[in-house]
Amino acid sequence: MAITLDKAGGEDRGTQAEYAVRLAHVSKSFGRPGAQQLVLDDISLDVAPGEFVTLIGASGCGKSTLLNLTAGLDAASAGTIAVPGGRPALMFQEHALFPWLTAGRNVELALRLRGLAKAERRAEAERLLSLVRLGGAYGKRVHELSGGMRQRVALARALAQDSRLLLMDEPFAALDAITRDVLHEELTRIWQETGISVLFVTHNVREAVRLAQRVILLSSRPGRIVHEWRVELGQPRRIEDPEVSALSVEITERLREEIRRHGQQ
Amino acid sequence: MASSETTPASSDLAGLEAGLDALDSGQATEQGPFPLGRLLLTRVLPPLVAIALVLTVWQAVYWADVQPDYLLPSPGDVWDEFNEMWRQGTLFDYVWTSVSRGVLGFLIAVAVGTPLGLVVARVRLVRAAIGPILTGLQSLPSVAWVPAAIIWFGLTNGTIYAVVLLGAVPSIANGIVAGVDQIPPLYLRAGRMLGARGLTSVRHVLLPAALPGYLAGLKQGWAFSWRSLMAAELIVSSPELGTGLGQLMDTYRTMQNQSGVLATIILILVVGVAIDLLVFSPLERRVLRNRGLLVRAS
Repeated sequence: MAITLDKAGGEDRGTQAEYAVRLAHVSKSFGRPGAQQLVLDDISLDVAPGEFVTLIGASGCGKSTLLNLTAGLDAASAGTIAVPGGRPALMFQEHALFPWLTAGRNVELALRLRGLAKAERRAEAERLLSLVRLGGAYGKRVHELSGGMRQRVALARALAQDSRLLLMDEPFAALDAITRDVLHEELTRIWQETGISVLFVTHNVREAVRLAQRVILLSSRPGRIVHEWRVELGQPRRIEDPEVSALSVEITERLREEIRRHGQQ
Repeated sequence: MASSETTPASSDLAGLEAGLDALDSGQATEQGPFPLGRLLLTRVLPPLVAIALVLTVWQAVYWADVQPDYLLPSPGDVWDEFNEMWRQGTLFDYVWTSVSRGVLGFLIAVAVGTPLGLVVARVRLVRAAIGPILTGLQSLPSVAWVPAAIIWFGLTNGTIYAVVLLGAVPSIANGIVAGVDQIPPLYLRAGRMLGARGLTSVRHVLLPAALPGYLAGLKQGWAFSWRSLMAAELIVSSPELGTGLGQLMDTYRTMQNQSGVLATIILILVVGVAIDLLVFSPLERRVLRNRGLLVRAS
C-alpha cells in the first residue's frame, strides 16, 4: 500500500550520490525587475536512476516551467539543476513531430543529431519504432498517424536521444481515454524494459498514481513542493485498481485543499 | 507489427494497440489516386471552356466591326502571326531568349533573396532596419528602376538583370520571412531538445519548417522576375542584346502590327502560366500533401 513520505524524507534519499536529476533550491520568476512574479519557489527534488516520478498540481503550479528548466530550455532564477546523464529527452503534450519527415525519419533525425553514424541510423530507428510497436510505420507521414500513434513515434524519437532521463509534459492529455489507457501500459512496459528515469508532469491524479513510484504535489502561485507520496504498488497496475483509486482520493483531497487556499486569499 | 512477445498480457496489449491503430488511421489512407476522367472534367475542361468563351467574344466583336482591323485584329490574324514566326523558325528563339534571361535572373534573385530573408527573419535589429524597406520595395513597380538602371549600366544585359533582381529579390526575401514567422515555436523547441543548434537547426528545422511560405515567396518571385523582365525588355533594346519577347513586342509596335503585339502578349502569358503549372504548382502541392496540409475537395 501507499506510504506517505514527508518532504524531508524525499531529500534524504537524494543525498545518495546516484541520481538521474537533482534540483537544489530552484526558484524561477518571470517578468521585469520590480514587477516579478514568483512561479517556482525553492524546489528541491531528486529523481533516482530508473525511477518514475510524477509531478501533479493545479493550474499555475509551474509544472511545465519546472520541466523546461530541467530540459535546459529556460534558466532558473536561483538554485542548481544537475543532470549527470547529459541533455534529457523531452516529450510535449503535442507530439511536436516534424511534418516534413516520415515517422522513421523523425526518429533518424534524433539519431543523427545525437551523432550516430549514417549506416546504423536506419536499423536503430526501426528498432525504436518496434519498441513502441510501430514497426510498420517507418514510411508513414505524421498526418497519416492517429493521435496515439504520433505520441508513440514522439516517444521513440525521445528514446532515440539515448538520454538517461525522460521528461514528459502531459504527453497523453490530448488523447481519448481508451488510447491513453493503452499508452499508460505501453509507457510502463518501455520504462521497465529500458530502465530510463522518468519525470512526468500531469494534472490527472489517477494517471499520476497509475504510472509513478513517487507522486509529488505542487502548490500553485508560486509552485512549492507540498507533499509527496510513495506508490508501493507493483506494475503492471491498472487505473481502475482499488489501491490506485484509494491513493488518488487521498491525493485529490490534498490537492483540493491547496486549491481552496487560493479562494480564501 | 508486434515484436517478440513473451507474456499473454503483453501480447494482449499488442493486439489491442494494433486494433486501435487500425481503427484510428483507417480512413486517412483510403484516398486513392484521382481518377483521370474526373481530373479532365474538373481541372482541364473549365479553363478550356473559359478560353473558348473569350475567343468567341473576341471573334464576335471583330465581326461586329466595332474597330477597324488594324486596331482589333481577329483571333485568326493573331494565329497567322504565330504561324509566321513558326515558319521562320524564330518563335523558339524569342521565347528562349526571354525565358533564359528570366530563369537566370530568378536564380540569382533566389541566391540573394534567401540568405537576405533568413537574416531579416532571425536578426531582430536587421528586421527593424530593413524589413519595412523590403516590403515597400515589393510595391514599387520594377519598371521604375529601368531609367536608373540604364544610367548605371547602359543598354546592356546588366540593366535587364538589375531590374529583374530589384523586382524579385524583395518578394523572395519576404516569402522566407513569412515562412519563418509561421513556424510553430514548438518545432524550434523540439529541435533544440534533439540537439539542433545554430546552422544545424537552420538546416534541419528552420528551413524545412519554413518551406511552404518560402515556396509561396519563390512563386511570387518568379512572377515578379518575369514581369520585371518584360518591362526591361520593352525599353532596353539594342542589336547586341538579342530579341526577347519584350523587344519583339516593341518592334511590332513600331511596325503598327497589332496582330504581332497581341501574339506576343499571348506568348508572354503562356510562358508565365506554363512555368507556374509545370514547376511551382506541382512543387507546392507535393510539399503541402506530404505535410497533410492539402485537403482535397471531394
